[in-house]
Amino acid sequence: MAVPTRRKFLRLTGQATIAGMVPIVSLRPLGATPAMLASAIRNVVGEAPVRTGKVKLDIPPLVENGNVVPMTVSVAGAMTADDHVRSIHVFNEKNPQPNIGNFYLGPYAGRAQVSTRIRLADSQKVVAIAHLSDGSFWSASADIVVTLAACDGELI
Amino acid sequence: MAAALINVPARAKRGDIIEIKTLMSHIMETGYRRTAAGDLVTRDIVTSFTCRYNGKEIFRADLFPAVAANPFLSFFTVAQDSGKFEFEWIGDRGFSETASASITVE
Repeated sequence: MAVPTRRKFLRLTGQATIAGMVPIVSLRPLGATPAMLASAIRNVVGEAPVRTGKVKLDIPPLVENGNVVPMTVSVAGAMTADDHVRSIHVFNEKNPQPNIGNFYLGPYAGRAQVSTRIRLADSQKVVAIAHLSDGSFWSASADIVVTLAACDGELI
Repeated sequence: MAAALINVPARAKRGDIIEIKTLMSHIMETGYRRTAAGDLVTRDIVTSFTCRYNGKEIFRADLFPAVAANPFLSFFTVAQDSGKFEFEWIGDRGFSETASASITVE
């Protein structure tokens, strides 16, 4: 067998590395990607344009424990029968699936504000979208740095 | 076993905006975790929550595995009439819990 040239050698080691990586990758749950985030948002809003504003997303920018992250979403404006928030949808970018929660309000809500506690598997962007009674969609997003990720390396 | 914590003001003035807080004790198993043997743990989460005020639905939520264990929800409504709030949680493996709270509106 001929002595491999430097180019061949590099190609071979490259292939070996890729082959070696595959089992490690397949063991981890596949994270949501920005594309999955975009398609999850499309599932909710359809072809309607989503404008930035009106929505306020309160999440601490730096969280220590991704298993319990307090989150509050509020939408500006009075809640009346003619002009109210129909629903609030919250999405993430890098958890195993892009949805966090859908919250359905109505004219009786009085105030368009919802709080809950969520899980974040990684430092990532969280997006909140509000569907108003006039059919328009408004959004807000926040970038969060997580030091201890949820769902990662947890063996029970 | 499953238990709910509900916080609703006992009395309010008509037209007041009141906050309702609920907490259901539940593991919210994501379905993405593995045992030491490498097997996936089956998903077991609360998938939906509904709140009715005198029979009328005022708030509903679809929950996903990204909601933390012991799902906490806080939301608002307008105090209209004295009566009852009914809460319902539905989840995987036939999970179903209800709770209620009454309010006096002056």
